Amino acid sequence: MTPIDPVARPRRNVELVLLVLALAVGIGAQALVGVDRQKAFDSDFWFQSGLLALAALAFHVVLRIRAKYADPVILPLVVALNGLGLAMIHRLDRVGEDTGNNQLRWTLVAMAVAIAVIWFLKDHRILRRFTYISLAVSAVLLILPLVPGISAGEVLGASVWIKIGSMTFQPGEIAKITLAIFFAGYLSSNRDLILLAGRKVGPVQFPRFKDMGPMITAWLVSIGVLVFQRDLGTSILFFGLFLVMIYVATSRISWVIIGLVLMVVGGFVAAQVFSHVALRIDGWVNAFTPEVYGREFGGSLQIVEGLFGMANGGLVGTGLGQGRPNLVPFANSDMIIASFGEELGLIGVFAIVLMYLLLFTRGFRAALGTRDAFGKLLATGLSFAIALQCFVVIGGVTRLIPLTGLTTPFLAAGGSSLLANWIIVGLLLMISHTARGPVDTTPLPPGQEPGAGRKFPATPSKPAPDPRTNPDAPTEAVKQL
Amino acid sequence: MSELTITALRFGFLILLWVLIFSIVSAMRRDLMIGRKAAAGAPTARQVRKNPSLAEPAPAPVKQQARQLVVTEGPLKGTTVPLAASPILLGRAQEATLVLEDDYASGRHARLFPQGSRWFIEDLGSTNGTYLADQQLTRALPVELGVPVRIGKTVIELRP
Repeated sequence: MTPIDPVARPRRNVELVLLVLALAVGIGAQALVGVDRQKAFDSDFWFQSGLLALAALAFHVVLRIRAKYADPVILPLVVALNGLGLAMIHRLDRVGEDTGNNQLRWTLVAMAVAIAVIWFLKDHRILRRFTYISLAVSAVLLILPLVPGISAGEVLGASVWIKIGSMTFQPGEIAKITLAIFFAGYLSSNRDLILLAGRKVGPVQFPRFKDMGPMITAWLVSIGVLVFQRDLGTSILFFGLFLVMIYVATSRISWVIIGLVLMVVGGFVAAQVFSHVALRIDGWVNAFTPEVYGREFGGSLQIVEGLFGMANGGLVGTGLGQGRPNLVPFANSDMIIASFGEELGLIGVFAIVLMYLLLFTRGFRAALGTRDAFGKLLATGLSFAIALQCFVVIGGVTRLIPLTGLTTPFLAAGGSSLLANWIIVGLLLMISHTARGPVDTTPLPPGQEPGAGRKFPATPSKPAPDPRTNPDAPTEAVKQL
Repeated sequence: MSELTITALRFGFLILLWVLIFSIVSAMRRDLMIGRKAAAGAPTARQVRKNPSLAEPAPAPVKQQARQLVVTEGPLKGTTVPLAASPILLGRAQEATLVLEDDYASGRHARLFPQGSRWFIEDLGSTNGTYLADQQLTRALPVELGVPVRIGKTVIELRP
């Protein structure tokens, strides 16, 4: 049985204290990046940090009203990460560039959307009704960048963007949420079926072929993303997401084995057939070879410059605003971790990685605490998506695995990713609200009480005193003390 | 600004980052102590005073209390489960308190839990739903004595 805290406490004040600390980190970073350039406390600074603080506090107030029992550390963690990202992007802006303010605009939009999700959705279980609609929406979102007219064409080797007016957007980021909803809905309904049927080979039970349908679908989607959108990172993300969710749903190791085999086969074929995958791998293995370093397309310049930057930062870093992270291409998006590595050093990067880890554990804690299978799977999937993204990006930047184009959640410049990740945070907060809160046992309106007037007449409908909703009210036992 | 101030600010910021992390971890400490209550047995009087709901549900002398759960229909007909103070998980999963051998029940189908002096039933997102007196559950509701609760083809009742 899932352990449930004996007393449900909202702990919103704890959140407020932590939120103030998180804002101090974000705004402190913002102040530090300009401290030696005589623009530390200009009007820009006050405007940006004021807006960030206002938005974070508004979010906090909404949680007080709508999701009283939500996890108190998720919001501060995300605000701290987002604030750090804003400061770094602002710092990396060259004269005339406006990425920092653009990122701030997207942050505000994303937080507003997350607030709207919490405000209007009320209960994550409603999403279960949209299981198959989510699948259709995911398909549409993934096909959109290939539709002529709204497609933004091939940008930096990947066609994952759409263009509406002058705005560009990456629909694949939203697709990871809708796919997680579909997998959660599908697996929570069909879990028993998948579990019961199957042939046993040695110690592992293999599923029936017909239950492999969703697995094949997920694999095809991932391969499709890889082939048509030329986006290796997103492809890995989708398949990893599915694999983890089906493992959590069925606790069968055979799924993981089948999935990994499919992934290895797919990856091997992709590396043979598609030059972009092969180049990535070559740039990873032979990063320090001069020919690979100097190659015009798919060279390792970016990775190696990032490594040099981090090496320059050392243990404590050069200090915010003191390094030269600008030398690395895409220092404010793909390589933002390298920028932090240079300016905050190993100690700072560890702090950032730890923040992601804590965020991930809180997502899993919500999954453990919530009582419905759909919520469990959704929280697992969503928090795992964030974790996998971190692993793929940070692993790529530090040359543990080949570098692929995923964004660092909350840190990297990019509106679509920010929006998607804030929506994920909204959903996780809502799931943790149901996980930590007391079960709603208030009496129904009169006349709706089921079972009234049956064999044993229901007791007069005087509501039982509920110690959980009112912890101050003494129970019988305490009165006797 | 002098070199020294900037260096101080630089290290100050790293310290601030870690202060945030340690505050968050210490705020989570309470969450990591799940099961301490179970391990330590009954709560002490002091704990009860601090946390009224930790108290064992007092015997309610006035109203008749549910003491057992009886399966009245379905494959397990006749089975009884004594009701203690802990929640009961109903479903086909092995971890369930009452493992239903019912093809129409989900793995983790429903949960029966005591609160105050009553037992409540809550559907855990099952495929076929849980019915309390022929009405499908949409939220947790109290179960009175003798009111049938239907899960798949199984019907259970609370008895004194």
